Amino acid sequence: MRKAIINQKQCVSCGACVKVCPRDAIEIYKGMYAKVDLDKCVGCSLCKKACPASVIEMEDVK
Amino acid sequence: MKKKKNSWYDYLWIATILYFILGLFNVVFAWLGMICMAVPLYFAIKDGKKTYCNKYCGRSQLMDLLGNRLKLSKRKECPAVLKSTTFRYAFLIFFMTMFSMSIVTTYVVYKDAATFRQVITLLWTFKVPFTFNYHGTIPWVSQFAYGLYSLMLTSTILGIITMVFFKPRTWCVYCPIGTMTQGICKLKAMNLKSEYDHDNKAFD
Repeated sequence: MRKAIINQKQCVSCGACVKVCPRDAIEIYKGMYAKVDLDKCVGCSLCKKACPASVIEMEDVK
Repeated sequence: MKKKKNSWYDYLWIATILYFILGLFNVVFAWLGMICMAVPLYFAIKDGKKTYCNKYCGRSQLMDLLGNRLKLSKRKECPAVLKSTTFRYAFLIFFMTMFSMSIVTTYVVYKDAATFRQVITLLWTFKVPFTFNYHGTIPWVSQFAYGLYSLMLTSTILGIITMVFFKPRTWCVYCPIGTMTQGICKLKAMNLKSEYDHDNKAFD
């Protein structure tokens, strides 16, 4: 299944992804980067579209 | 899927617009801009979190509104340079230097009121005379207000330009306050980790 994978090195932790996630699957971890709860992620890619730094990719995760 | 319910802080974009309108009536209102610098720093230093960016930033909400709801954004990917650490920190240093300059100017006016200028500087270059929003206050108080209003307007203009060409919230990528608070959070997390390591060593 496709899930959101975040390039944490380039994440600016703005929280745009957190706001759009319909499953509340993303949190900004200690103000450093966004962290996806893969169990909750349904792969809708709304966060990928919202991310201003374009650091989210949808990847196949088993 | 259920739609997310809006909280009171989802309407802070109104405060951002109000800020610029109030500044047109009386420049002293520009001092309120200090909130946008102090509150994010407070959260970052106290909790080690970017609570301001994530919840309360009215500017990011405004960009989201203009770009997504009013569809003014082309929603293209931003250039890689913009999100590079080097550029982000360079812009932070540049921004802070410009902010310090306006404090120096304020001090000069404090010492000699004759140097007071009723001017808004856009994009750190274009000087626009603004007199109608000045109603006679202590000169240095107004001088700082002009400086801060210029800075807020300039950064909003930059934010709107990048909002149009790239993703709506592109300003967040190079926002100096965002870069600074993220830096503080990283430093804090590092410190906590070393404290943890230190505490655990005692038990070895």
